[in-house]
Amino acid sequence: MSNANDKPTPTPNPETQAFWDACNRGELTVQECTACNALQHYPRVRCNTCGANTLSQVPVSGTGTVRSFTINRVPVSAAFAADIPYAVALIELVEGPTMMANVIDCDPEQIHIGMAVSVTFEPRGELKLPQFSPST
Amino acid sequence: MNIRGATAIIGAADTAVGKLPGVSATALCAEAALAAVADAGLTLTDIDGLVTCTSMAEPHMYHAQMMAEYLQISPRYCVTASAGGGTTFSVVYQAACAIAAGVCNTVVVSMADSLRTGLSREQAKIMQSSTGHAQFETPYGSTVPGYYALIANAYLHEYGASVEQFAAVAVTARAHAALNPAAEQRIPITVEDVLGSRMIADPLRLLDCSLVSDGGSAIVLTRADRAQDAPNAPVYLLGAGEALSHEHISQAASLTNSAARQSGARAFESAKCAPSDMHFAQVYDCFTPVVLIEMEDLGFCPAGQAGEFFAAGEATLGGSLPVNTHGGLLSHSHPGNPGSMFALTESVQQLRRSAGARQVANAELGLVHAQGGILSSHCSLVLGSANTL
Repeated sequence: MSNANDKPTPTPNPETQAFWDACNRGELTVQECTACNALQHYPRVRCNTCGANTLSQVPVSGTGTVRSFTINRVPVSAAFAADIPYAVALIELVEGPTMMANVIDCDPEQIHIGMAVSVTFEPRGELKLPQFSPST
Repeated sequence: MNIRGATAIIGAADTAVGKLPGVSATALCAEAALAAVADAGLTLTDIDGLVTCTSMAEPHMYHAQMMAEYLQISPRYCVTASAGGGTTFSVVYQAACAIAAGVCNTVVVSMADSLRTGLSREQAKIMQSSTGHAQFETPYGSTVPGYYALIANAYLHEYGASVEQFAAVAVTARAHAALNPAAEQRIPITVEDVLGSRMIADPLRLLDCSLVSDGGSAIVLTRADRAQDAPNAPVYLLGAGEALSHEHISQAASLTNSAARQSGARAFESAKCAPSDMHFAQVYDCFTPVVLIEMEDLGFCPAGQAGEFFAAGEATLGGSLPVNTHGGLLSHSHPGNPGSMFALTESVQQLRRSAGARQVANAELGLVHAQGGILSSHCSLVLGSANTL
């Protein structure tokens, strides 16, 4: 459980280290199966599609659309109180996989399902956290 | 294993619900268990199985074992459930399988927690939202209502549904709670009241969200041939089904349908009956849109049409299928993981025909459904009176 005064910071593990290393270089990646070429996110030791264990992190375009979203009017903890209202969304990357992120750098009221968004990176602790903002 | 009619619920009891600052979560669990055993006409020496769930307010790593010690019993079957709201019925199903397999004869399932007074609001929010993925979800600061709001917005978008239809679910629950002296919130509300309540996570407003409560509830499940001497009419477990589609909402293949499709189909198949045979349904109502998705996935309404079913009053007592006749998590109580136990004890009262002002006429068959995670793990049970065997 996280401390209420600090925003949660991801702790990489052996499967996810390459993902976070890429984020720290400003690069969004997903996992690709070298056996069947399926893409998946989050990183894990087994391909969701064919079961192979030969997976690598590959760069993606960093663009996608809002699959669904909400505007949080109540912060989960004191650390998020200054951000109210803030949007949490599921982003469907153009390459296929879905990931969660905040949609930032815009009026939350303007966010809608199907909206085109692009990745940006927010410093969080020792890491850079992928976030999305409206595509220009 | 064919479990149809192999076991019966012979005891059911709830503690008070709401704000209970003077009693610990552990004591609530004991109180519920003892009341259910007394309701069954038994004593603790008759109990050889115990199932509990972990408490957030008073956690213990090996909770059921701790409770057995607390109650000074030595069960042959002792299990702690820990996978959220859906677990409540999963463990009833598993206890029935254990009884049918000869592992034990008579199991108490008792669950309680003190989310309202045993934790601060801040603690409760952070603890519940920690169901999110630690690396890929919780850094984004969503509350649990926020996770479910992702489902709500997707449902509105896909079906052209309305927030008035979400509100109708809350209005229905409150109408039933108004008839239930044990419910926490009993003052009737209107669609306008729901739409006028403060926004929590768009499009979910305060009255679209379930309560945060203290409370406990328990049942006694026994082998069918041992149920005949019970002081109350036995309620038979006729069918059960479990299913799971994901754990984290960002991994869900669909945001508008769920594994309730599979759990419901399995429960009806094992009970040898159909959704149209049910006289009532108690479905997990942590947030209003969840009820609509479950009603559709369980086969009670076509996809996208459950909202109209509620808006038309069909889910209200006197309608074609009364839903959440005790008031549900929205208006009766929601002490966290134990929440849907109250739907189970309510179903027992309905099938005993002892539900008072909220009695469903001629109730013989009912479905209870619970889900845990974020629309993740589902379990459905079909219950029936002796006439349905």
